Amino acid sequence: MISIDTLTKSFGKFTALKNISLQMQAGQAISLLGPNGSGKTTLIKSILGLVIPEKGTITINGHVVKTDWNYRAQIGYMPQIGRYPENMTIEQVISMIKELRKDVKRYDEELIEGFGLDRIKTKTMRNLSGGTRQKVSACLAFLFSPDIYILDEPTAGLDPVSSELLKEKMLKERSAGKLILITSHVLSDLEGIASHIIYLQDGDLMFYKSVEELQIATGEEKLNKVVAEVIKKSIPQTAVNP
Amino acid sequence: MKTIVKYVLLDLFRNRIILVYSLILAVLSISLLGLDNNPTKGLLSLLNVSLLFVPIITILFATIYFFNSVEFTELLLSQPIKRNTVLLSQYIGVSFSLATAYGLGVGLPLLFLVSGTASLILVITGILLTLVFCSLALLIFVSFKDKTKGIGIAIAAALFFSLLFDGLLLAFIYSFSDYPIDQAVIAILALNPIDLGRVLMLLQLDTSALMGYSGALFKKFLGSAAGSIFSIICMFFWVFVPLLLSVRIFKKKDL
Amino acid sequence: MKGLNRGLILIMMFLFVQPTLGATIKVSPAINALSKALKAANKNDTLLIQPGIYKEHDILIDKKLTVIGVQWPIIDGENKSQLIFITADSVTVQGLQVQNTGRSSMTDMAGIRVQNANFANVQGNKVLNTTYGIYLQNAAYCLIKGNLIHANAVDELNSGNGVHAWKCHDLFIDNNDIAGHRDGIYFEFVTQSHIRGNKSKRNVRYGLHFMFSHNDTYSKNEFSDNGSGVAVMYSKGVVMTDNIFRHNWGDAAYAILLKEIANSHIEHNLFVKNTVALYMESSTNIKVEKNRFIDNGWAIRVTASCDKSTFQLNNFIGNSFDVTTNGTVMLNVFRQNYWDKYDGYDLDKNGIGDVPYYPVSLYSVITERIPTAMILYRSFLTNIMDQVEKVMPSVTPDQLKDTEPRMKKWNL
Repeated sequence: MISIDTLTKSFGKFTALKNISLQMQAGQAISLLGPNGSGKTTLIKSILGLVIPEKGTITINGHVVKTDWNYRAQIGYMPQIGRYPENMTIEQVISMIKELRKDVKRYDEELIEGFGLDRIKTKTMRNLSGGTRQKVSACLAFLFSPDIYILDEPTAGLDPVSSELLKEKMLKERSAGKLILITSHVLSDLEGIASHIIYLQDGDLMFYKSVEELQIATGEEKLNKVVAEVIKKSIPQTAVNP
Repeated sequence: MKTIVKYVLLDLFRNRIILVYSLILAVLSISLLGLDNNPTKGLLSLLNVSLLFVPIITILFATIYFFNSVEFTELLLSQPIKRNTVLLSQYIGVSFSLATAYGLGVGLPLLFLVSGTASLILVITGILLTLVFCSLALLIFVSFKDKTKGIGIAIAAALFFSLLFDGLLLAFIYSFSDYPIDQAVIAILALNPIDLGRVLMLLQLDTSALMGYSGALFKKFLGSAAGSIFSIICMFFWVFVPLLLSVRIFKKKDL
Repeated sequence: MKGLNRGLILIMMFLFVQPTLGATIKVSPAINALSKALKAANKNDTLLIQPGIYKEHDILIDKKLTVIGVQWPIIDGENKSQLIFITADSVTVQGLQVQNTGRSSMTDMAGIRVQNANFANVQGNKVLNTTYGIYLQNAAYCLIKGNLIHANAVDELNSGNGVHAWKCHDLFIDNNDIAGHRDGIYFEFVTQSHIRGNKSKRNVRYGLHFMFSHNDTYSKNEFSDNGSGVAVMYSKGVVMTDNIFRHNWGDAAYAILLKEIANSHIEHNLFVKNTVALYMESSTNIKVEKNRFIDNGWAIRVTASCDKSTFQLNNFIGNSFDVTTNGTVMLNVFRQNYWDKYDGYDLDKNGIGDVPYYPVSLYSVITERIPTAMILYRSFLTNIMDQVEKVMPSVTPDQLKDTEPRMKKWNL
C-alpha cells in the first residue's frame, strides 16, 4: 500500500532520512520507533506530503505522492500536537473537515461518541485541555474510514480509559485490513496492536521486522523487552558498519 | 477554498484582538473627527493614525496568526486539498477579517460624520494597506520556520516601511538635491506601500497644491488622476507580488 | 488718505451736482445709429439708448455727454474691434451691455476705454466677453461702479484685464464683479485710488495686480479662485483692509504676493485655503495685524530680505505651515498672535503663553531648502522630526518666534 523507494531528506547539513526503502502492506500495524531526532516525524510528513523529499519516491496505492495530492483521501492522520483555531467549537472543526471531504458520505463517528465529544461540542478549542484536543484529532483521523492510518503519538496525553478506547479502535481497524502506522514512546501501549516494528536511528533504517520474528529472535514476550533487547544487539554492529 | 475561508472567518470574527482593534479604531475615528469641526483636519489625523497603526498591527497579527496555525495547516494539508488552496484561504480569511475590522472601525464613523470621496479613499487606502501587510506577513511566514524570528522580521519590516524608508529617501533627496531627481523620487516612492497610501490620500485632500508647489513633475503627475491610478496600481502590486511569491515558496516548503 | 478724500469729494461734486442743461435724445437701433447720434449731440445732452442690438465699433464720445441704456441695449463688436471710446471729461456711461470686442496684439481692445479724460462715470454696465473690460489710460477722478465684467480667458497671452488702469490717479473702483480675465484689476502708476467691495474671481493670473501704485486703499474686496491670487509690487503706502482671499489654490498661487512694498498696512483680512496666504519679498515696514489665516498651505512665507515688519494680533488656524523663511536672519517681529499649533502653557493665567512659540517647523525649513522633500509631507518621519526639533531647536531660526503667543483666538 505504501511503497517508499530510496527516500532521502536533509534539512541544511542535517540529514533526517538516508536512503530509506520500505514496503507497507494492508493489515499491518507498524510501530515506528527511534530516539528523538531519528527521522520518524520526517518520514511521516514525507508520506503525508508535508515534507518534500530530496530524492526517492513515495507511492501510495499507485499514486505518486509528489504529483498527485488526491491520495491523501486514503489517509487518516492524527498529529502529535493538535492545535486548532482558538474560537472554533468542536462541532465546527468536525463539520469543517466534513465539508472539505464532499467525496465521503458515510462517517465513522464511533470515537466521537466514545470520547463523549458530542456532549461538549459547543466548547471552543481555546477552552479544551490538551487531552481533549487529542481526542478531537483522533476522531478526525478515523472519521472517513480511510485505508491508511498515520497516528503520531496517539495515546500521549490521553487518560487510561480513552487510551484503551483508542487502542480497541485501532485493533478493529487493523483486523478490517487497514494499514496502521504509529509512532509512540510508550511501547506498552502498542502491546497487542503492533504487528511490525520499524526502527530508525539518525536517519537510517535499522530494521523493519514483524513482532513475531523479533520475539523468536530475542526470546522475549513483552514488546518493550523485545525492543530493548534488539536495540542492545543490533546497534553496535550497524552503527559501525551501516 | 470557500469552506476553509468560511471557517477561518468564523474563528477570526470571534477573535478578541480583531474586535478590540476595530473598537479602538472606531473610538479614535469618532474622537478625531468629532474633536475638530474641520473635517479635512480630522481626516488627516485619521490618515496619520492609519498609516502608523494599520501596517504594524496587521503584519504582527497576521504573522502570529499564520505561525500559530501551522499545526492546523498541517491538518488541513493531510486532507486531499491543494497547498495553494490552504494558504490562500488562510490569507483571504486573515486579510478579510482585518480589512473588515478597519472598514467598520474607520469606515462607519466616516460614513456618518464625514461622508465623501476623501473618506472613501481613506478607507480604501487603509484596506489596501491591510492587504499589503497581510501579504508581507504571509511571505514572512513561508520564508521562516521559526516563529520568534518571523515576528522579529515582521516588526522590522513594519518599522522599515513606516520610518526607516522615509529617512533613507530624505537622505537621498538631500544628497542629490542639485540634480533633477523628481522622477527618481516618484519611482522610489513606489517601493513603499505606506508612502503610496499617504500620497494617494493627500491627493484627495487638496494638499496636492503643496506638492505641486515643489516641482513641476509632482504637479503634473500627482495633481492628475494618473497619480492616484499609479499609486493604486503600485499598491496592488504590493498585494500580489508577495502573495504569489509566498505561494511559490510554500509549494516547496517543509512543514 | 487726505488726498483720497479730496479725490472722492471732487468726483461726487462733478457727478451729482452737475446742472442738467442739455436736451434728452432717444436713440433706436439702426445702422451706425449710435455714432451718428453721438456726433449730432451737443455738449451736456443726454442720450437714452433704446433696447436692441447695436453692431457698431469705435464709438467715440468726445464731448461731455450722458449715455444711458434703457433695458440693457446691446453694443456688439462682433469680435472685431474696440467699442466705446471716451476722450472728453465728465462723460457718464450707464446701463449698457457691451460685448464681444476683438482681440489684437497691436492695440488693447477694450469694452469701454477712457483716455486722457477725467471725471468719467462708468456705472452699472455689463461688459461681457471683452479682451479688456474697462480701460483707463491717463485718467483721473473716475468712478467705476457696479459693473459686471465677465469674460472667459483661458491663457495669459490672449487675454486682457477686467479693469485696467495706467497712469491714473484718484480713481474709485467700487462694487464691480469681475471674472475670467488675465488680471481682474490691474494698476500701473495709479495713485491715490480707492478699490472697494469688488469681487474678482477665476482670473487666469491675478485677481488684483498692481505695480508702482502708491497710496492706494483696497478694502472689502473678495479675491477668490484666481490662478495666482493677488500680486503687489514696487509700491508704497498700500492699505489693504477687510478683504477676503479665498481659495487661490494651485502651484505658485498666493493670496497676496508682496514684492518691494514699503510702509503698508495689511489689516483685518481673511485668508482661507490659499496655497500661500502671504508671501513677502524685499519688503519693509509692513504692519500685518488682526488678520485671520485659516486652512492655508503656508500662512506666511517671509524671505530674509524683509525687515522692520510686524506681525501681530493675527489668528493662525489649520495652516499646514504657519511661517517659513529662507534664511536664518529674521528682522521682523511676531507678537501676540494666536497659533493653533501652540502647545505651551499659561501658568499666570494672563492669556499669554509662558513659553515662546516657534512657528517655523523643521520640516518646513527642509522643504524650503529642498522642495522635493515635500513628497514626505505628513509622513511619520517628518512628524517625529518636528517633535524632536520642538524640544531641542537646532536648525530652525531661533529669532523667529512669538514671545507672547495668545492662548485663545482673537475675536476678529
